[in-house]
Amino acid sequence: MSGTTRPTGSPLIEVTGLTMAYGERVIQRDVTFTVNREDIFIIMGGSGCGKSTLLRHLVGLHRPAAGRVAYDGEDFWELPAGKRQRIMRRFGVLYQGGALWSSMTLAENVALPLEQYTDLVAGEIADLVSFKLTLVGLAGFEGFYPSEISGGMKKRAGLARAMALDPDILFFDEPSAGLDPITSRQLDDLILELRDSLGSTVVAVTHELASIFAIGNNSVFLDGEAGTMLASGDPRRLRDEAEVTVVRRFLTRGESDRPTGGATLQRGDG
Amino acid sequence: MNDGNSRQRLEGGARSRRDGRPGTAPALVRRPDGALRLRLDGDWLAGRLPVTVEQVVAELADGPAPRLVCVADTLERWDSGLLSLLARVREQCDRLDVIFDDSGLPAGVRRLLALAGNEAGQGGRPGERATLLERIGRSGIIAWRHLVEMTVFLGEATVACGRFLTGRARCRRSDLLVIMQECGFQALPIVSLISLLVGLILAFVGAVQLSLFGAQIYVASLVGIGIVRVMGAIMTGIIMAGRTGAAFAARIGTMQVNEEIDALVTLGIDPVEFLVLPRIVALAVMMPLLCLYADLMGIVGGMVVGVLMLDLNIMEYLEMTKKAVRLQDFWIGIFHSAVFGVLVALAGCHRGLRCGRSASAVGDATTSAVVTGIVSIIVATAVITVVCNMLGI
Repeated sequence: MSGTTRPTGSPLIEVTGLTMAYGERVIQRDVTFTVNREDIFIIMGGSGCGKSTLLRHLVGLHRPAAGRVAYDGEDFWELPAGKRQRIMRRFGVLYQGGALWSSMTLAENVALPLEQYTDLVAGEIADLVSFKLTLVGLAGFEGFYPSEISGGMKKRAGLARAMALDPDILFFDEPSAGLDPITSRQLDDLILELRDSLGSTVVAVTHELASIFAIGNNSVFLDGEAGTMLASGDPRRLRDEAEVTVVRRFLTRGESDRPTGGATLQRGDG
Repeated sequence: MNDGNSRQRLEGGARSRRDGRPGTAPALVRRPDGALRLRLDGDWLAGRLPVTVEQVVAELADGPAPRLVCVADTLERWDSGLLSLLARVREQCDRLDVIFDDSGLPAGVRRLLALAGNEAGQGGRPGERATLLERIGRSGIIAWRHLVEMTVFLGEATVACGRFLTGRARCRRSDLLVIMQECGFQALPIVSLISLLVGLILAFVGAVQLSLFGAQIYVASLVGIGIVRVMGAIMTGIIMAGRTGAAFAARIGTMQVNEEIDALVTLGIDPVEFLVLPRIVALAVMMPLLCLYADLMGIVGGMVVGVLMLDLNIMEYLEMTKKAVRLQDFWIGIFHSAVFGVLVALAGCHRGLRCGRSASAVGDATTSAVVTGIVSIIVATAVITVVCNMLGI
């Protein structure tokens, strides 16, 4: 449902001098990066450094304390509310816990965006819903409520809902957290497939190194201690060439400068 | 370290092995060169440490010591208690410019201390204490923000209602019907019970006074007017504040915790339209109906007292009620209840949407939804009563 037909690789999201804050507490400042069309863009960094907060800024849930977030060159927060909503309709967001609407069945969850934004009749919507649920391996679970399925299934159902409108940009908040390695790998494959076949742009928050190298071709590294971004670019290149030690350590699990021996709490023996 | 010292240490270690207590030799000794020696002897376990940080600090403050040397040749069992002690001692040493010499410690202790060192100074907000003036200022700013938020919410709700009336609102009709069922039909039992009892109580209270003058029959008008004009509406309002207002706040608050609200927003669906609007409409429609029902039950309650206690005839009682209660009184009661419905729904939804992201925040939201609901019901009653009085109705 992409309304634009711009070439692959042209800038889609431009973040310039972004400062993120909750009230007076500044989380990150001076964050600048560009997400290009059909990128799989990874937001990475240690726990609590503001990755999810950055994602909330990108999907329009949080107004920046300073700086701008632009889509196709248009400053999101300068636009009137109606236009903002139209941009947001091009997003599909997968939240950390799935964030399925608990009062609705899986089918109703996936159907809601279609009911609200398309002219399809009930039968067509039902077909599409079944298809999307099959795509994430949840065929036959249409009538289940979110409370009746496991955490991993909720996540996949959330993905089905995020894909309901064939969005231009898919946002993932920790897609593989809480998934077993195989499912997590399948999810990675699905993300790649979505990018290749639908031409979606993907922005994902993750610190799963395997995923980062498997799917990411662009990234930004946030550091909680420095309170700003330390690097941006292809994660594989950052691992090998990054000038900042923190980034290299992160991408190699700290193995480049590991101290001697494992540090476990052990009892002295006199 | 000389031989005598080490022999003494060994003996101390042997003693401690026998009785499970550290040796009698002092753990802190000042060496001739001025350095302090912290001897770890026997067991150093949490809760049973032979030395406290304060003792070390006092010893360091006692006279200048260039370094603090740890000796642990006879250390037996140790746990995190020792580690936290050493970490704090090291911190104090850094503060006092004393060299902390940990070369005598077991390798495990040294590694864990090094790890603990890495974590130091990370994150956390400085625990500054605000002055009274600052705190007053802060709470003033917060109160102002709440007021602004509330006004914005009221505005959004009004706009949403406008869209609903013109048929452009994004909400699901099935949601509306389910909410109507939940807050209407399913509330009938409790509304029956409460309003029946309120009618009974009113009749009792009135009967005691009125029978002094032999005017028992006026119990019918007292109960009729009291219930129909205001009590029916107030009682339903309070029941709904506790029952439905709380449910709204908890439901929407939990959705906030689960990021379900965010999921709506990023889909371009306004949560006020999608969640708040159907609830306002449902309560504004169902409350007057519930109120009418409560009026009926209240009159029945009064009649029970009238017939059983005051020996009034049923027909007589009904006739008196009919004479006393004007149609206008019903309208006033219904108006009250429609207003209460909107207020309860607004309070519940607003608190729910403003809910934080934890389980306790949902509890707070529910509590304040009920409190706000009941307070606004009482205030609204006062306002409407005064206005009615001024208008002479």
